[in-house]
Amino acid sequence: MQKEYKTITEISGPLVFADIDEPVGYDEMVEIETPNGDVRRGQVLESTSEFVAIQVFEGTSGIDRDSSVRFLGETLQMPLTEELLGRVLSGSGEPIDGGPEIEPDEEREIVGAAINPTAREYPQEFIQTGVSAIDGMNTLIRGQKLPIFSGSGLPHNDLALQIARQASVPEEEQEGEEGSEFAVIFGAMGITQEEANEFMDDFERTGALERSVVFMNLADDPAVERTVTPRMALTTAEYLAFEEDYHVLVILTDMTNYCEALREIGAAREEVPGRRGYPGYMYTDLAQLYERAGRIEGREGSVTQIPILTMPGDDDTHPIPDLTGYITEGQIYIDRDLNSQGIEPPVNVLPSLSRLMDDGIGEGFTREDHADVSDQAYAAYAEGEDLRDLVNIVGREALSELDNKYLDFADAFEEEFVQQGHDTNRSVDETLDIGWELLSGLPKEALNRIDEDLIEEYYVEDESEEVAQTAD
Amino acid sequence: MSQATASETTDEGVIESVSGPVVTATDLGARMNDVVYVGEEGLMGEVIEIEGNITTIQVYEETSDVAPGEPVENTGEPLSVDLGPGMLDSIYDGVQRPLDVLEEKMGAFLDRGVDAPGIDLEKTWEFNPDVEVGDEVTPGDVVGIVPETESIDHKVLVPPGYEGGAVAAVESGSFTVDEAVVELENGEEIAMRQEWPVREPRPTVEKETPTTPLISGQRILDGLFPIAKGGTAAIPGPFGSGKTVTQHQLAKWADADIVVYVGCGERGNEMTEVIEDFPELEDPKTGKPLMSRTCLIANTSNMPVAARESCVYTGITIAEYYRDMGYDVALMADSTSRWAEAMREISSRLEEMPGEEGYPAYLAARLSEFYERAGKFQNLNGSEGSISAIGAVSPPGGDFSEPVTQNTLRIVKCFWALDADLAERRHFPSINWNESYSLYTEQLDPWWRENVDEEYPEVRQWAVDVLDEESELQEIVQLVGKDALPDDQQLTLEVARYIREGWLQQNAFHDVDTYCEPEKTYLMLTAIQHFNEEAFEALEAGVPVEEIVDVEAIPRLNRMNTQEDYEAYIEELKDDVAEQLRERY
Repeated sequence: MQKEYKTITEISGPLVFADIDEPVGYDEMVEIETPNGDVRRGQVLESTSEFVAIQVFEGTSGIDRDSSVRFLGETLQMPLTEELLGRVLSGSGEPIDGGPEIEPDEEREIVGAAINPTAREYPQEFIQTGVSAIDGMNTLIRGQKLPIFSGSGLPHNDLALQIARQASVPEEEQEGEEGSEFAVIFGAMGITQEEANEFMDDFERTGALERSVVFMNLADDPAVERTVTPRMALTTAEYLAFEEDYHVLVILTDMTNYCEALREIGAAREEVPGRRGYPGYMYTDLAQLYERAGRIEGREGSVTQIPILTMPGDDDTHPIPDLTGYITEGQIYIDRDLNSQGIEPPVNVLPSLSRLMDDGIGEGFTREDHADVSDQAYAAYAEGEDLRDLVNIVGREALSELDNKYLDFADAFEEEFVQQGHDTNRSVDETLDIGWELLSGLPKEALNRIDEDLIEEYYVEDESEEVAQTAD
Repeated sequence: MSQATASETTDEGVIESVSGPVVTATDLGARMNDVVYVGEEGLMGEVIEIEGNITTIQVYEETSDVAPGEPVENTGEPLSVDLGPGMLDSIYDGVQRPLDVLEEKMGAFLDRGVDAPGIDLEKTWEFNPDVEVGDEVTPGDVVGIVPETESIDHKVLVPPGYEGGAVAAVESGSFTVDEAVVELENGEEIAMRQEWPVREPRPTVEKETPTTPLISGQRILDGLFPIAKGGTAAIPGPFGSGKTVTQHQLAKWADADIVVYVGCGERGNEMTEVIEDFPELEDPKTGKPLMSRTCLIANTSNMPVAARESCVYTGITIAEYYRDMGYDVALMADSTSRWAEAMREISSRLEEMPGEEGYPAYLAARLSEFYERAGKFQNLNGSEGSISAIGAVSPPGGDFSEPVTQNTLRIVKCFWALDADLAERRHFPSINWNESYSLYTEQLDPWWRENVDEEYPEVRQWAVDVLDEESELQEIVQLVGKDALPDDQQLTLEVARYIREGWLQQNAFHDVDTYCEPEKTYLMLTAIQHFNEEAFEALEAGVPVEEIVDVEAIPRLNRMNTQEDYEAYIEELKDDVAEQLRERY
């Protein structure tokens, strides 16, 4: 049904309205040809028997009322093949690396159906990222969606790259299983050329590109295209995970730009706005992206998501981080103060959280003492953090000996546990040993979150024994 | 609604426009809330607005590729659920389609246009009659018993709409849910399955005042902020503060006969956890699998928004059906904010005039209608049953002044405020003891006196006072430091710390600590109170506070929670504390 219309009635922002005389499906793909021969792609946003509203991915500039509109009779599809690995595509899925055209094995709608909860497998396998603040305190699990909450000017990209580089499943490596390979899908939405270069250079330097698929929508690309980029990326991820058995890590940056694009379209359609002008359906829309992480019973692969978002004004009650936090399974906070102290990566573990952690750590997964160490370190660090305010008023001398130890712990925790540099890869054992070393600065009686037997086994009594402990 | 009869409307209409989950149709003869099938694929939807010849429909499935001109078919029935044996141990989506059946039909991903009945129409159940020919029955009466699961006997009731009368024939043996098992003289036939529209409460005789607590095995809830069987509670909290863990704990350990768990717009992996965990867990009372008393309704956040709007109604209707049998039902809805947002989303697609923060003006009415369906009731058949409704609320940014939290608080009588700050220090359950409240405390006190200990309400009041005093003292400590306080206040802080760390904190992931019976809740608190008395005596006798807190036995107060044989442990601990303190003077 390649019927061609020249009936555009209104062009407004990213939207084009056209009269029609044959019904057109909701979400159907559209091509608009401008008088000078440019072809723009778009999608039907609203369909009635008389007119349609079309959102144009490549921007509406240059479209006039004489442009012709063709309805393609199908919804937006992503061409899929294992050969996508190593390729760089535009935000709407066209190759931009000068390589050959993609010859798909299969095409799929990018909207993606929801996974039936009874078909899911509960994620329990630990992914070692080599970053202590994550492995030790907020463990990442295969099939999880764990966003990074950051702010403008913070090194969230370095952390994302570090995770992409270092992520491994130690158990499988030990057992020498063939297992499934890791693949990285990188969906960039509205990032600057410089940031893009940083990512691409790192991918090329470490050879990660050959196991990656990159979708690039840059800051100067049309905003509307950003609404399809993550769907393209996730459709590819699902294909690689559930058909080709890869363990796929999807990095989406920056979700804030994605939400801005949603707002832009909502405003152009004159919808009733929700909080701060973002559309009322943003929760549902974001959920349709984030919920595409997971594992499915009987399939080898998995989809793990690390979306990155920059919180406007570092405010986590802003609708974007707020709605994200309600959907994702935890969050990692990047902290401006820690960053200015030179801590790398500047992860603030107190508000950070991994909801799937409890079931993926401990004996048989990481180490028996993991849960207790992490709980105790959390509590002690929170205590020390509280005391810092007090110290500013009354000074250290006014505090008890134990309080001073908590203060020391908080400092050491930041400088030795969280601080590790973007190039250091720590195993989970190393991470936990550092944890014990720091906790041993506190008296045994204060370790009320740790099982007594574990204290016996791991507590570092004093300087001389400490050496012996770390040696084995 | 009357417009429908005017012109040449039929049971079939034509789609006029499509915008996300909202579809309009022309020439459709329909009443408000009728269920319709939309488009070539027959997607399920519900009529939500009628204006002239145009009918607006919310569609429970994805509408990609649906085009104007496609047909719409009216079923003429409101959205209803199937009620009958087979609902326990099941997991449904928001419109009561069994998810395991859907998986068989269409694989791991939820496709659309597939329908499945809420209960298996093929399966046969053993029907044991409870009436004889000639008996008079009226609506609500029990006519027979079906062993539904290991722990629950399903009672077959005369449907509320029936006239009733003398029994003409009774069957006994194996039947499918649609076969008539009892026939009345007026020709009415009773089968094991009945239907009920979800938006309409099932009838009862009257609502009564609840006087028994719903024991959850969670110390802070049972001990400080109890909910009654038939009560309502809200759990508001920002993300990451432990709403879902608290809801799961309640679903696991609450001493209700039946648990209906509604996962409304929540995470897929969390629902999977429930589906995987529950069948393995044992009911602490009966030793039977927990799943055999549980009905799960899962509408994850990426499933269609209209089905999210309906899932709480589906849940409460199922709960009412079991209440009618005389059971105590606990309904958990996680989270009611997602439900409210679904209302908002649909309302904004309808271009209705928005109320506060974009929520529709009828938000408060819908919330109170829902919570009013909870309570302790006298049923039509004379039995007593209850529904306790516990709703999680997810306020944006953790701000309790937003409309959903505020409108919920106006209705519910228990408020369990989750606190992000406590969660950050890994104090779980992170329920803030200063902000939370329960209005059931007084009416439940007699139960505690009778079943746990005569002294219980006094001991609880003591704990509340200590915690209050602590929060006042903490303000001073923030300014001048702990050491500047007089000795007795320092000691109070120490006692309060043990109440917090040893009693209020509870580890949901510890085998023993995950469930704490009321006796243990009480005994643990008396141990701390005992320490308090001994310590203040020592202080009066001149022992400095540093020495008191240094006593070796005292930190063991923080380990009472994990003791299986707690009675002996607590006895010994009390003796040791007293002995070691008395040694110092």
